[in-house]
Amino acid sequence: MTPALELIGIRKRFGSVHALRGADFTLLPGELHALLGENGAGKTTLMRVAAGLLRPDSGHVRVAETEPHAFSPRIARRLGIGMVHQHFTSVPAFTVAENVALAAGWPVAPSRVRERVRELSARVGLPLDPDARAERLSVALRQRLEIVKALAAEARILLLDEPTAVLAPAEVADLLRVIRRFTESGGAVVLITHKLDEALSAADRVTVLRRGEVVSSGAVEGQSAETLAAAMIGGSLSEAGGGPPPASAAPGPPARGVGARPAVRIESLDVARDGGYGIALRGASLTIGPGEIVGVAAVEGNGQRELLRAVAGRLHPLRGVREVAAPVGFIPEDRSTEGLIPDMTLTENIVLGASGSEPWIRGGAIDWSAARARTAELIQEYAIDAPSPDIAAATLSGGNQQRLVVARELARRPAVVVAENPTRGLDIRATATIHARLRRAASEGAAVLLHSGDLDEVLALATRVVVVRSGAVILPPPDATRETIGGSMLAGS
Amino acid sequence: MTETIPLVAGFLAAAVRVATPIMLAATGETITQRSGVLNLGIEGMMLAGALAATLGATAVGPWTGVALGIGAGMLLAAVFALVVIGARADQVIAGTAITLGAVGLTGTIYRQAYGAGGAGLDLPTLAPIPLPGLSSLPILGPALFSQPAPTYLGFLAVPIVWWLLFRTRAGLALRATGESAEVARASGVPTRRVRAAATLAGGGFAGLAGATLVLAQVGSFAERMTAGRGYVAIAIVVLGRWHPAGVAVAALAFGAAMALQFLFQTLELDLPYQLFLMLPYVLALLALAGMVGRVRAPADLAKP
Amino acid sequence: MRARGWLVGTGALLAGIAVLATGLGLAGYDAGLALGALWSGAFGSWYAITSATLVRSVPLVVIGLGLAIAFRAGAFNIGAEGQFYAGAIAATWLGLHVGSLPAPLAAAAVLSVALLAGALWVAVPVLLRVRYGVLEVISTLLLNFVAEATMSLVVQGPLQERQGIYPQSDAIAEAARLPLMPGTRLHAGFLIALAGAAVLHHLFTRTVWGFQLRAVGLGQRAAEISGRIDSRWAVAGALAISGAIAGLAGGIEVAGVSYALFQNLSPGYGFTAIAVALLGRLHPLGVVLAGILFGALEAGASAMQREAGVPAVAVYVVEAVVILVVLLAESLRRGGTTALAAIGSATGTAWGRG
Repeated sequence: MTPALELIGIRKRFGSVHALRGADFTLLPGELHALLGENGAGKTTLMRVAAGLLRPDSGHVRVAETEPHAFSPRIARRLGIGMVHQHFTSVPAFTVAENVALAAGWPVAPSRVRERVRELSARVGLPLDPDARAERLSVALRQRLEIVKALAAEARILLLDEPTAVLAPAEVADLLRVIRRFTESGGAVVLITHKLDEALSAADRVTVLRRGEVVSSGAVEGQSAETLAAAMIGGSLSEAGGGPPPASAAPGPPARGVGARPAVRIESLDVARDGGYGIALRGASLTIGPGEIVGVAAVEGNGQRELLRAVAGRLHPLRGVREVAAPVGFIPEDRSTEGLIPDMTLTENIVLGASGSEPWIRGGAIDWSAARARTAELIQEYAIDAPSPDIAAATLSGGNQQRLVVARELARRPAVVVAENPTRGLDIRATATIHARLRRAASEGAAVLLHSGDLDEVLALATRVVVVRSGAVILPPPDATRETIGGSMLAGS
Repeated sequence: MTETIPLVAGFLAAAVRVATPIMLAATGETITQRSGVLNLGIEGMMLAGALAATLGATAVGPWTGVALGIGAGMLLAAVFALVVIGARADQVIAGTAITLGAVGLTGTIYRQAYGAGGAGLDLPTLAPIPLPGLSSLPILGPALFSQPAPTYLGFLAVPIVWWLLFRTRAGLALRATGESAEVARASGVPTRRVRAAATLAGGGFAGLAGATLVLAQVGSFAERMTAGRGYVAIAIVVLGRWHPAGVAVAALAFGAAMALQFLFQTLELDLPYQLFLMLPYVLALLALAGMVGRVRAPADLAKP
Repeated sequence: MRARGWLVGTGALLAGIAVLATGLGLAGYDAGLALGALWSGAFGSWYAITSATLVRSVPLVVIGLGLAIAFRAGAFNIGAEGQFYAGAIAATWLGLHVGSLPAPLAAAAVLSVALLAGALWVAVPVLLRVRYGVLEVISTLLLNFVAEATMSLVVQGPLQERQGIYPQSDAIAEAARLPLMPGTRLHAGFLIALAGAAVLHHLFTRTVWGFQLRAVGLGQRAAEISGRIDSRWAVAGALAISGAIAGLAGGIEVAGVSYALFQNLSPGYGFTAIAVALLGRLHPLGVVLAGILFGALEAGASAMQREAGVPAVAVYVVEAVVILVVLLAESLRRGGTTALAAIGSATGTAWGRG
């Protein structure tokens, strides 16, 4: 069978980072091919090469056995390749119709475009309202838009980058159904994922990438979680510190200080949507005691952001009671725009989070040499890979940047720690460090409130789980399983 | 009461005449800003266009002046584009520098070309062209249909620019560049080229505006004669919400506010004329404040 | 300031002068004569240095210092020209009435009221930005024209000289005038400028306030979320202070140089100071040096006009080229960011090691 897409010997370097070291990949028509690997293995980079967004340092890209001389997003589109990225790649201010017209290169005749969008999206099982503003779409609908855009551009090869990361279990099932229809009609799909079970259950073939190289590739039949994991991390599951997700969400051993005064107490809290319209959180009530790790399971856009930020004091509630012990450490989702100032040095970023009671702030003055010394200490303590405290934060890798943010927030010895997606986009070692730090903070008496889009991460870390759905905080029953929690994350269940 | 009709008609005609350069500059700036570029050099480009038009008109004739004016505006726009799009430098500073340099350049060239005496008032100008039939309509006739050619060009530009921006693929690509350049690039749009083209177009319009100021309004050149009209055009773009029709209306309103001084002079009111000089700017400020919350600039405006 | 900054600045200056010389040559002027006049007008004699260059540098340095504050916080105050005029008008008005006060007090009063007037003039853009998010680039710009018109009104109306012939005010009281360095026209305003630079340097490097300004300018969102800084008020404060300082510059010009009010008191100081602030990389010492440089250029320009017949405005071309070259050098090095980030971070690592 002629492969739909072939990547041969792809090498790509970013500065001193070798993202891809001669990776090969073959995609056959009509198949759902999982591209598996840890965060940082090179999966996204490889697919971006396939989509014409990145030029490889060496290697070949062949589409249906023809090798185009110059490869660009435009040419990729013409050859029938469409990529759906993890982050939003539509123009927020445009409508669904305008975004589709832009992506597909349709002539701009508004009513005709709207008709075509309506018809196409319904036909493939992903109905969309053409006049909706892209920025107002929910996360799941945004993803639909991305897929419809690719299909409108007549893609026969779909490259999906972690599409299920932001979906609840039932939405994942829907998506996989739609993808199946596409492959049955002859299209080919690459599903980039770091989730073993997804690859095992959904894909026909699977390729595993590790540190920029292909370590295994072949049919899914005959593979198991163990074999795949071994390929992904080059060792056994237990070595990685991961493992099958816990079967229940029952609270762990009683937290220290149970019965002591709660560190976080909110009651009937209403919070307006952050950066949007309307009320995101309504009548929320929650208490967290010192030493507890409360994990929030929620699909993006249901109000968990507002919950976390209201507890952290970054959003003001419209009404209700908020009693939170000080100091509060906050690890925001977006480290490069909210956690750090990339153009400032590491020392300055540490100073940024100062509460005023640090020894190197006296009156309104800053003792820079003391601040710098403290930063150097933190760099050591948190194993941040940086030559000195005087370099700009922008030069750190994502994992090191996140370590810096965590270092700063935890150095304050906070009574409450709020963490939003603290390990997003990080490799396994950085993830493990941060998990360990959060657990340590809890064992030292901090109350931790945490949310991650990865339900399994939430279940692994939390001593107690709550669900946020449509602005309401829901406490799952003590015998809740992963499936029931996943189900309660979705509206209508 | 028979005097009010010619008075109103005269006022409206003056308003349209005064508004034309601003409308032209603002229409060009709308295209530029929609692509994500904030061009503060528009004041300098207008001034350069005014001088170039003066030179062209003196040497050959008014239409040569117009052509040279457009060219001068585009030349400065090319320098600006090289700096802010080519080298991705800060747009506000670069634009301010361009205007500063244009003031120096035009002042020097003007003195050199015309000496201390100046260009004088014997410049061949663009006379009003009454449109047959339409110009005899009561009140609106002389105001809208008995204007020099650039005014008609300005009016024509509105539907043309609208159509280009909202009904063509190129316009969609341009707007996408201004809203989210990254997404546009991922869709295959050559964003740098688009921005450069939009900047050049804006510069051309600014140059035309300058030429219009000299050849169809004032009748001669003086140093710094644009007196901030280019900057006003930027405010007009905001007031017009980056839409060609809105911009035209806002420009006409501003022109009317400026023309008020002539009206009140004829009415012989005993108010200092400087109040009327200030009025349009104050009104613009009030309008800006009044647009609270409903104004949305292109999201990627002024990002390198 | 680091060595590279010096190199780029010097290179930019040379480029600007080269462009000027070429242009003048092409236009038929005697470029050599013109450049010679430019130099001697700026540095050719003790008198030139003190009474031309340094005197002209004072408004540029003072306004530049204020703009450095605003730009650090990411607030683009393009209305310094109007704020300068507001300060000048207020200073003149008070200066006409304080003759009976002892000299230091009268001068201080006049400067204080100029400070206040500048702050008031920028209050509307500040309000518009804080409450409505209106771009201060446009609102401050528009107010420049209102200020110019107000100037015209005032010197032909309420403040016009008693004789009523020329559009200018009477001279302010002796007591309100700033002391001069003997034998020159260099006034105490120069000392105020230097003192201001020193104070600002301390504030920028050592205080929490200075740090917060930079944080807001370099990363507003992070400053708000991680730094818990109220960026709206940080920006508003920075804008207000920069307006006040620009007003002060106007008062200094009246109390130290012109002693009276007339139209075109400012040949565009408010705009040139933008270039001064940026060339000085928002660093007080840099602003002083850049201010003196531009003061020299404009002093030399007058001489150039007198002796070589080259219009003084030609010097703006030099200034424009200098700005563009520095911008280009900075952007090419960093692959393009807003100049603010480029300038801010270039000095940032120096700050961090206080």
